[in-house]
Amino acid sequence: MSLLDLETVTLRHGLLTAVHGLSLSVNEGEVLSIIGANGAGKTTLLRAIAGVHPVAEGRIRFQGADITGWPGHARQRGGIAMSPEGRRLFPDMTVRENLQIAAEGARRKGDWTLPRVVEALPQIAPLLDRAAGGLSGGQRQAVAIGRALMANPALILLDEVSLGLSPVAVEGVYQSLAALKGRVTMVIVEQDLTRAMAFSSRLVCMAEGRVELDGRPSELSRDQITQAYFGLHKEGTQDA
Amino acid sequence: MLDPILQGILLGGYYALLAAGLSLMFGVVRFINLAHGDMAVLGALIALAMVGGGVPVWAAILLTVPVMAAAGWAMQALIFERALRGGFLIPILTTIGLGAALQNGMFGIFGSDTQSLGAHIGSLSWSGFTLPGGIVLGKLPVYTFLVAVAVLGGLHLMLTRSAMGRALRATAADPEAAAMCGIDARRVRLQAAALAVALAGLAGIFLAMRSQVTPYSGPMQLIFAFEAVVIGGLGNLWGTLIGGMILGVAQTLGGTISAQFSVLAGHLVFLIVLGWRLFGAYPAAKGDWRALMRAVLFPARKEKT
Amino acid sequence: MMARLMPLAAQDRALILCGGLLAIGLALLPAVASALVVDKLTLLFIYVMLAVMWNLMAGYAGLVSVGQQAFVGLGGYAMVRLVEAGMPPFPAILAGAVLVAGVAWLLSGFVLRMKAGEFAIATWVLAEVIRSLVSFDPLIQGETGTSVLALNAIDPDLRRTTIYLMALGVMVVMLAGTWRLLAGRLGAECQAIRDDEEAAASVGVSTMRVKRQVYIIASVGCAVAGALWLASAITFQPRTAFGVQWSVFMLFMVLVGGFGSFTGPILGAVLFFALQEVFGDFGAWYLAGLGVVAILFALYLPRGLVGLWQDRGRDEPLSIRKRLAAPGDQV
Repeated sequence: MSLLDLETVTLRHGLLTAVHGLSLSVNEGEVLSIIGANGAGKTTLLRAIAGVHPVAEGRIRFQGADITGWPGHARQRGGIAMSPEGRRLFPDMTVRENLQIAAEGARRKGDWTLPRVVEALPQIAPLLDRAAGGLSGGQRQAVAIGRALMANPALILLDEVSLGLSPVAVEGVYQSLAALKGRVTMVIVEQDLTRAMAFSSRLVCMAEGRVELDGRPSELSRDQITQAYFGLHKEGTQDA
Repeated sequence: MLDPILQGILLGGYYALLAAGLSLMFGVVRFINLAHGDMAVLGALIALAMVGGGVPVWAAILLTVPVMAAAGWAMQALIFERALRGGFLIPILTTIGLGAALQNGMFGIFGSDTQSLGAHIGSLSWSGFTLPGGIVLGKLPVYTFLVAVAVLGGLHLMLTRSAMGRALRATAADPEAAAMCGIDARRVRLQAAALAVALAGLAGIFLAMRSQVTPYSGPMQLIFAFEAVVIGGLGNLWGTLIGGMILGVAQTLGGTISAQFSVLAGHLVFLIVLGWRLFGAYPAAKGDWRALMRAVLFPARKEKT
Repeated sequence: MMARLMPLAAQDRALILCGGLLAIGLALLPAVASALVVDKLTLLFIYVMLAVMWNLMAGYAGLVSVGQQAFVGLGGYAMVRLVEAGMPPFPAILAGAVLVAGVAWLLSGFVLRMKAGEFAIATWVLAEVIRSLVSFDPLIQGETGTSVLALNAIDPDLRRTTIYLMALGVMVVMLAGTWRLLAGRLGAECQAIRDDEEAAASVGVSTMRVKRQVYIIASVGCAVAGALWLASAITFQPRTAFGVQWSVFMLFMVLVGGFGSFTGPILGAVLFFALQEVFGDFGAWYLAGLGVVAILFALYLPRGLVGLWQDRGRDEPLSIRKRLAAPGDQV
């Protein structure tokens, strides 16, 4: 069953078009990774789904409802949570406050409470009363994921999960994410192709604002992906 | 010497109260409300009108503060929300226009009479506490200071302990990330404006108890509030209190030289602090005072190096 | 940075010609017009000067000051002092402006480092400080003020006509000078800074130098306007000469006319002058009305009346922006 539907969505940065009439459906329970070169429009797409980038054309549906015009806070309350690029924690607040604030904003009932989030992300347990501004990159990413979970979302958007993190930290973050599989639908933007192929149930490759390739990692060849990554593959296996 | 310093510290309480709203507004809504002083005067004149109509002073205070909060909410909704879309220029122009409209509108409604609540608060306006050294502290300044500390303390608790406070701080820090946390920034800005204007109104009432108020008193109060905020450091509540006290002490110490020098001394301290903030790094980084002078006199040349 | 200029449009050339003819006509006017008309027009010229100077700062260099009354007042004060020192009043008007340039030069290194809102209020505080310092001058006698008695010694008609012609001349020089300046390198640099300050700095525009030039020019302009105003009013009172209402008026004229356009502030000044003539008798309510109009313009018509003209698909008359952008440059 499809959870999120993008219908010919076009996104712009001023005069530049970042995403061209893109259509994509995300099914409940999927772990979808979006890969692509810098400037392919991945982050813009995620931000548009989260409601913090305006949609120029097309529609976005979530759980059947047209949410195209909803502002960011309404989408979070509706069940779309995001861990943005750069994590964007509130640096002067404690980790506990950073987590609390998302639950207070969302006002959604569900399984995810502070103890449960800490259980799922054990590395933040000792950090709860520290200021978020003083954390390491890996810690910050964990808190950002925790902050998204606190909203009890149906869909979680994770932008540039491993960007700027040490290999050890990346490993830790992915271990935490693995525990979430099956409990929440995930859309992940990832630069690390190997990681994305190993982790996700579905892979979407974007180039120049279009979907070049879409399929199960097991069914895609390295060649196909490389070609799509660089936008060489003009007639992809794009399924509707 | 000790006497004016103590008086100045007490005066600082009033400035902190006045400045708290300005600082909150700047932190959350991201612009300097140049009509903030006029809001304070509006609060004072509303309270004065009520008292003139026979309402007891305490009731007038209790009624004025929510009225001012509503006014702040309405102004944010009708004017500032739209002004915010226009970059830094439009909010400045809008609030100057608002100031002109408020000052002259109040003059049209309330008339030119200088008024004071001093006559309505009995012995509070003139009696005082005598300290061991023979220094007399007026009861009103002492109570004003205590109220200011209590209000700032309450504000501090609200900001750190309540959901609304967290939402305010989150919006001030990063509105977009706040939206991703389900916080409606528009609503938060409305709350901040209501709170800021209510605080301005409360400060205005204390101003009216302490001295005469005219419809044109606002701009000077705005300058004092801004000075307190800058001296204390933006976005820091207790810093604002310290800033208010430094401003108050500068004014009372200046006042011992001559009445005209009082306000001027406050301005000068403000300019020195601002200059220190702008140029403070220069002498240390570049060697000596000559480098500082060059930085001030030939800024363009410095930029190239 | 090369400022390449498009040739003037035919209608613009016609407009400049009309302006020139109008100036000549105005110069001959005192021969026939009544004293009242001459006085009123002098005031209008002063408003035009103030609007043009404030627009130079706010509209072109992005410097929104609430403290230009410092220079209006200082222009008057310098004149008072120079006349006291024995200089004849009319040369003192211009000589005073030179002194003010020095003050502006000194202050610029300080104030121009501030950010938008900070700059607005800090310039205001500086104006207050300067007012206080000036009222400490025993000659000024605190709030009481003083009069330029040397002016009273001159025949009233001669005085009126001289001030009128000086104001007209200064205004024409200011308009022509601003036009030349903005059509040249400084205008191109201002536009670059206004569009993207960081990008301008990265291609070698010294934003500090440009802002400083604009700040000093505008301050001198306000000083001349202030001195001319004093010459027609004769009495110098710190509270009036340094009043924040000068900045509010400048802002109103530029906002209503049109920010960052050449004709906007002129239009705004004429409109402001007309409003004052018609509604000025309503006193406070008139001023409150100006405030409301300013809010409405800022919110709903931020590019002023000239913007309204542009929205109807026509080019703004005497557009500098358009002339600066050679066809190939456009993104």
